Amino acid sequence: MYDFTPEAGKIAEFARATGSANPAYTGDDAVVPPTFLTTAFLIAQPPGEFGIDDLGFDLKRLLHGEEEYVFHGPPPAAGTRLSVTSRPGPVSEKEGRRGGRMRFAAIVHEYRDETGRLRVEHRTTLIETEEKP
Amino acid sequence: MTGTARYAVGHTLAPRTIGPVTRTDIVRYAGASGDFNPIHHDEPFALSAGFPSVFAMGMYSAGLLGTYLTDEFPPSALKLFRVRFKEQVWPGDVLECSGTITVADGADVTVDLTCTRQTGGTAVQGTAVVSVAP
Repeated sequence: MYDFTPEAGKIAEFARATGSANPAYTGDDAVVPPTFLTTAFLIAQPPGEFGIDDLGFDLKRLLHGEEEYVFHGPPPAAGTRLSVTSRPGPVSEKEGRRGGRMRFAAIVHEYRDETGRLRVEHRTTLIETEEKP
Repeated sequence: MTGTARYAVGHTLAPRTIGPVTRTDIVRYAGASGDFNPIHHDEPFALSAGFPSVFAMGMYSAGLLGTYLTDEFPPSALKLFRVRFKEQVWPGDVLECSGTITVADGADVTVDLTCTRQTGGTAVQGTAVVSVAP
């Protein structure tokens, strides 16, 4: 578990980088854009937390499959201290369209606010291909 | 006109065109997101890995689709956002975000979202569930 507090300036920077001039993403009371929380593990995840390296996948054959965010109530606002837990999700296998076995694995992140309320569930699905992509 | 009538099944959101995508756009997203995988900003590294140039993070296109959605619906109305990565996005690509209401289920609507490349290929496919309750 680790803490991640979305910062107003960082939210505005992210909104600009994703082509948005939405006023909801600027100012001190900005809220996080739909995909913003993916930055939490890139920016704030400390060593020892469950992450991509723990999937046992060959990083040279790794593809990003899917991202899913479930919001329970309004998106977290700037300054909300979120505690983040990351754990392994389901693992599966299937034959790819062009042949070759594909392995799927997921990482499930949960973001809780200062009151302990679950605000966002976030699932990253990664794919290991048989051939080098 | 009520909110639910406005968002009937088959209603399409006004599309948005982005680009041509530049290396600066990709680097701006790298800085904003903390994604410093060199394949996305270091041209010699990308070439040595067998790619014709750097290419954008999937999360860049996913982010475009996310904020495209919340320019139509308030961010607080979003209940679910899911994206699936299809094709890589390269410098020079012109992207188009579009969306269609596929389910109007009482207080919620489901929106199918697509970010396509100028080739017609799909970069990212998305689904969102949004509350349209008054």
